[in-house]
Amino acid sequence: MSDFEQPVLSVSLLNKQYGNGCASCRSSRRDRLIKNYCPVCGTVYACRDITFEVHAGEILGVVGESGSGKSTLMQCLYFDQDVSGGGAYISAYKNGQANIFAESSQQKRYIRNHIMGKVYQNPVMGLKMDFTAIGNIAEKLIAAGNRNVGRMEARGMGLLEHVNIPVYRAKEVPKNFSGGMRQRVQIAKALSNNPPLLLLDEVTTGLDLPVQASVLDLIKKIQRERDISVVVVSHDLGVIRMLADRTVVMLDGRIIEQGLTDQILEDPQHNYTQHLVQALLG
Amino acid sequence: MKINYNFAFFDEGSKREIRRATLKAIAIPGYQVPFASREMPIARGWGTGGLQLTLSLIGKEDVLKVIDQGSDESVNAVNIKKLVKATTGITITGITTEATIIQSRHRIPETPLKEGQILVLQVPLPEPLRYYEPSEYETKKLHAEKEYSGAWLMLFEQIMNYGHMSTGADHPVMVHDRYVMAPSPIPRFDNPKMNCAKALILLGAGREKKIYAVPPYTRVRSLDFEDFLFEAESFQGKSCRQCGATGVYLDEILDDATGKTFYQCNDTGFCMQRLNGKPC
Ligand SMILES: Nc1ncnc2c1ncn2[C@@H]1O[C@H](COP(=O)(O)OP(=O)(O)O)[C@@H](O)[C@H]1O
Ligand SMILES: [Mg+2]
Ligand SMILES: [Zn+2]
Ligand SMILES: [Zn+2]
Repeated sequence: MSDFEQPVLSVSLLNKQYGNGCASCRSSRRDRLIKNYCPVCGTVYACRDITFEVHAGEILGVVGESGSGKSTLMQCLYFDQDVSGGGAYISAYKNGQANIFAESSQQKRYIRNHIMGKVYQNPVMGLKMDFTAIGNIAEKLIAAGNRNVGRMEARGMGLLEHVNIPVYRAKEVPKNFSGGMRQRVQIAKALSNNPPLLLLDEVTTGLDLPVQASVLDLIKKIQRERDISVVVVSHDLGVIRMLADRTVVMLDGRIIEQGLTDQILEDPQHNYTQHLVQALLG
Repeated sequence: MKINYNFAFFDEGSKREIRRATLKAIAIPGYQVPFASREMPIARGWGTGGLQLTLSLIGKEDVLKVIDQGSDESVNAVNIKKLVKATTGITITGITTEATIIQSRHRIPETPLKEGQILVLQVPLPEPLRYYEPSEYETKKLHAEKEYSGAWLMLFEQIMNYGHMSTGADHPVMVHDRYVMAPSPIPRFDNPKMNCAKALILLGAGREKKIYAVPPYTRVRSLDFEDFLFEAESFQGKSCRQCGATGVYLDEILDDATGKTFYQCNDTGFCMQRLNGKPC
């Protein structure tokens, strides 16, 4: 990796608030908020001035307690939510020169379909439960302009095999699948158009431990075998430790610390991070 | 007591409003225009959408034909004809070429439509993406962005489950290369008749409160895949037992007495005319 290599994803001063704010929280929000929340008007400042980069071929971890703004960040990046401000730039899109949040909704669809894949904590968000597993993958291939059934079926079968879903179950609906299998189908779908960037939001949360381990192994395998950068979000520092090269720590909508994962584990700077590490390592 | 209705049942204001929605629909081929669907003296689901279109358009000079699943004489078709006749006094016909307005459910007549004619189709479910996306708010966005993956996905699912595209009726079409549209539950056999049709085609959904249209000479393409092409039902080698017609949509009928199947024109008006030896 050359020093001048452009980041795959660069996020700059991303802000997302739920609510319009009021005089109290807009003027000097820092001291008048309770965590990320304005007690006067009820506005939640879910993401505040979020700035980070993801480099080619790396896994970036985002860790933080529940409510710290991790899912909101992922939703903004995947256009599930509109941002309140800030920018994001992707090297695979217009050479990283365009703020993707400022693009038209058609362009955003293009980015979702060709440049990003996302796996949701809740598979209902990422899959059509009443459509076949292979159909769920085809959905993204069709969205990218594919109109050849034979080729889509072959591609879908290959992906399902890759994530260890037996081919004979490809035409079943995810409604009948276990939690671990559903996440595997979501991962296969997210990979279907060979995106340079994969977003994973609490993919293993709620799964039994052995299933969790196998899904984590799968993610590692994918990252090793493909030319793909990954953002992994989890409230569980243990998951982040297993996967992430670098880690961003979030608290109350802000990034309070970021660096190499090993460094953060060995020498956490922020109070809150120290608590997290202590809880994990004892 | 005899109640005197306004000409064509509706007051003029209502007719004008429906016509306004219709004009918008014609201006944007395949786009579903919402309209304030009115209460009718027939139940919703029995063609109130089509009937409202017909009543809003009809004038004293018009000649109306009503077909229901190919038949001019079904209870539903007869009721609609009675209502229009009672409130307008206009001429009702069974002959496609004589009609200026043809209201139909589930079929496009076999006799090719001409310029100046209006075909009104009754629609139960106007949204072609509904099974894929239950929310109206979302489907509106998908149409606005011409994002029709869901329409192709539904066909892909049929191929996965049955080995072929299995839409018996209401096979989705792309209108004027812009909007994907539900053609109403006509058989696939009738889809190609919409392409570059000489007549104006209007579609009305009473319960769902939508009007949409295919203006004359508009490109209408049935959705398909590179390796699974759209195909109409084939009646190759079969003909109507009554009139001998080939190349038309045939009903398969089981003769209880002999246990044999035979075929008969689904479009009874077309069949009767051939039997009478009239040109069509
Ligand atoms: N749709 C929403 N409307 C209002 N507040 C929301 C919404 N989604 C999340 N929030 C709030 O935003 C904050 C961040 O939530 P979230 O991004 O889900 O955090 P995390 O994923 O880290 O648990 C929380 O305070 C949450 O209550
Ligand atoms: Mg979350
Ligand atoms: Zn406030
Ligand atoms: Zn016949």
